[in-house]
Amino acid sequence: MNRINKKLQEKENILSIYFSAGYPSLNDTAGIIEQLERSGVDLIEIGLPFSDPLADGPTIQNSATEALKNGMSTQVLFIQLEAIRKNVQIPLIIMGYFNPIIQYGVEAFCQKCAEVGIDGLIIPDLPLEVYVAEYKSLFEKYGLINVLLITPQTSDERIQLIDSVSDGFIYTVSSASVTGNSTGFGSKQEDYFKRIQNLNLKSPQLIGFGIHDKVTFNTASTFAKGGIIGSAFIKHLSDNGINEIDQFVKSIRQ
Amino acid sequence: MTYHVNEKGYYGEFGGAYIPEMLYPNVEELRQNYLKITAEPDFQAEFDALLKEYVGRPTPLYFAKNLSERYNAKIYLKREDLCHTGAHKINNTIGQILLAKRLGKTRIIAETGAGQHGVATATVCALMGLECIVFMGEVDIKRQAPNVARMKMLGAEVRPALSGSRTLKDATNEAIRDWINNPEDTYYIIGSVVGPHPYPDMVARFQSVISTEIKSQLLEKEGRENPDYVVACVGGGSNAAGAYYHFLDDSEVKIIAVEAAGKGVHSGESAATSALGKIGIIHGSKTLLMQTDDGQITEPYSISAGLDYPGVGPMHANLFATKRAQFISITDDDAMNAGLALSKMEGIIPAIETSHAFAALDVMDLKPEDVVVVNLSGRGDKDLQTYIDYFKL
Repeated sequence: MNRINKKLQEKENILSIYFSAGYPSLNDTAGIIEQLERSGVDLIEIGLPFSDPLADGPTIQNSATEALKNGMSTQVLFIQLEAIRKNVQIPLIIMGYFNPIIQYGVEAFCQKCAEVGIDGLIIPDLPLEVYVAEYKSLFEKYGLINVLLITPQTSDERIQLIDSVSDGFIYTVSSASVTGNSTGFGSKQEDYFKRIQNLNLKSPQLIGFGIHDKVTFNTASTFAKGGIIGSAFIKHLSDNGINEIDQFVKSIRQ
Repeated sequence: MTYHVNEKGYYGEFGGAYIPEMLYPNVEELRQNYLKITAEPDFQAEFDALLKEYVGRPTPLYFAKNLSERYNAKIYLKREDLCHTGAHKINNTIGQILLAKRLGKTRIIAETGAGQHGVATATVCALMGLECIVFMGEVDIKRQAPNVARMKMLGAEVRPALSGSRTLKDATNEAIRDWINNPEDTYYIIGSVVGPHPYPDMVARFQSVISTEIKSQLLEKEGRENPDYVVACVGGGSNAAGAYYHFLDDSEVKIIAVEAAGKGVHSGESAATSALGKIGIIHGSKTLLMQTDDGQITEPYSISAGLDYPGVGPMHANLFATKRAQFISITDDDAMNAGLALSKMEGIIPAIETSHAFAALDVMDLKPEDVVVVNLSGRGDKDLQTYIDYFKL
């Protein structure tokens, strides 16, 4: 069984953490992954940096820009991940935009992911229709889960369509926003989360975008299987470096 | 074989809508409605009336006698430079603002590079009384001060794009992010034949008035609708798409697309996307784009801010891939000299973008009986400082 599905079966209150590979320093990737696992995180999303990340706010944009300046690339990331499965068991997802994957070659990319032990992909600008028509069978051939997104503007009908082709989990985008919004959740979001709950989807959901502290993570765990934190963790890395990762995770989990 | 968009939003293998799910409802709403709304009689009546009374259409198809003598062919200029606001851009913003109003949107956003599309958007927002926010790279804001002032006078807010290289590509990213953040009330007026389907087709249709007029004007002057050549400059490619539109499937019309070679195609400072680009995804469209081997989008360079874009509209990528169009790259120097030559020969100072199209006449193999239409997409007022600096005027 895919590690993502296994984890989702075994645990509640799933905490998934995103970071940009190559940030703060080029060779931090493996160290960050190992520390996140030791700190009790359940899932890790490794950001493959892109020059033009359309769905990301300033925090993740800047970390991607820095990572590229540091020399991060698709090839470098795969080299860094080559030995990662010797040290960690945690499910690993690569989150990246589609253009660098096209340039690497979509099949070559999937094959390499399978080789190094990646369990899933999140590609925000690979739309559902194109995924189903052109890439679904390829991803499945290499045992990769493609995580699809829903937003407050997604119709119930489309959410059900997305649920029907989803494996692993559905990424519930909390509000109409790029990443890094930290204003907290109001009644509007809770109504939306309840609407999703009432659809009784087959796939569990993790809520992301705007999860940045204990309160917002608990809300995510109340209305869904758990939450995803990106920008808040990257801010922590830029303020504290990579040596106090467990402190950050504790501040969310305690 | 057709060179127009197919029902799935592709031109050959180019196009589509590679957008994050956050944009799906807005783009889908547009896709389902753009043909229906623009076909409605009241839409067409309002669009045509504004083009006539407000923009000043039809623009003349002017026989350029001196230029024709120099190149020993019959050269006509399609005078889009005489449109209100100084370029063809307003044909599209008029169309899209009418569409936005019918979709019930109240807040308009746009991206701009040199500021021409920003001015054209701010103009129609002033006309319609809608809130207008124009995203513009911080670098471009500094080098295009007059257009920034024009947008402000027209009541628009000019918001600096501070990410990336702080130019057109980044202004487009910021506009898309704003749309993600404001999905309910906001309409995004894209300025070129780029972006996710249906934008490339929609913008091409609004600009197609250029070739509609060329056909009827040429019939009057030459007794035939089709020229031997249609020549236009291509950045994203909206003026070119409009000039080519009704000739795309008429194979006897040769299509010439002129790109900016900057300091030379292989100088490392160029915007010649067809020569340097590979297939990939930029701003929601699968097309040719300038990028590293690793798929990071690179910064183009051209002396002309309007051609300074690392991609090209999917229609043009397909015209290139199928060899329907001949692509010519023109350097900064050749464009500047062609702009000066046109000014002296015909008394018309063109935009530097347009100057690239005129420079292409030097490398075309023209015969005396050839009828050539050059799309004079914009006037050079906005570029005076660049001309002054370049020629030490």
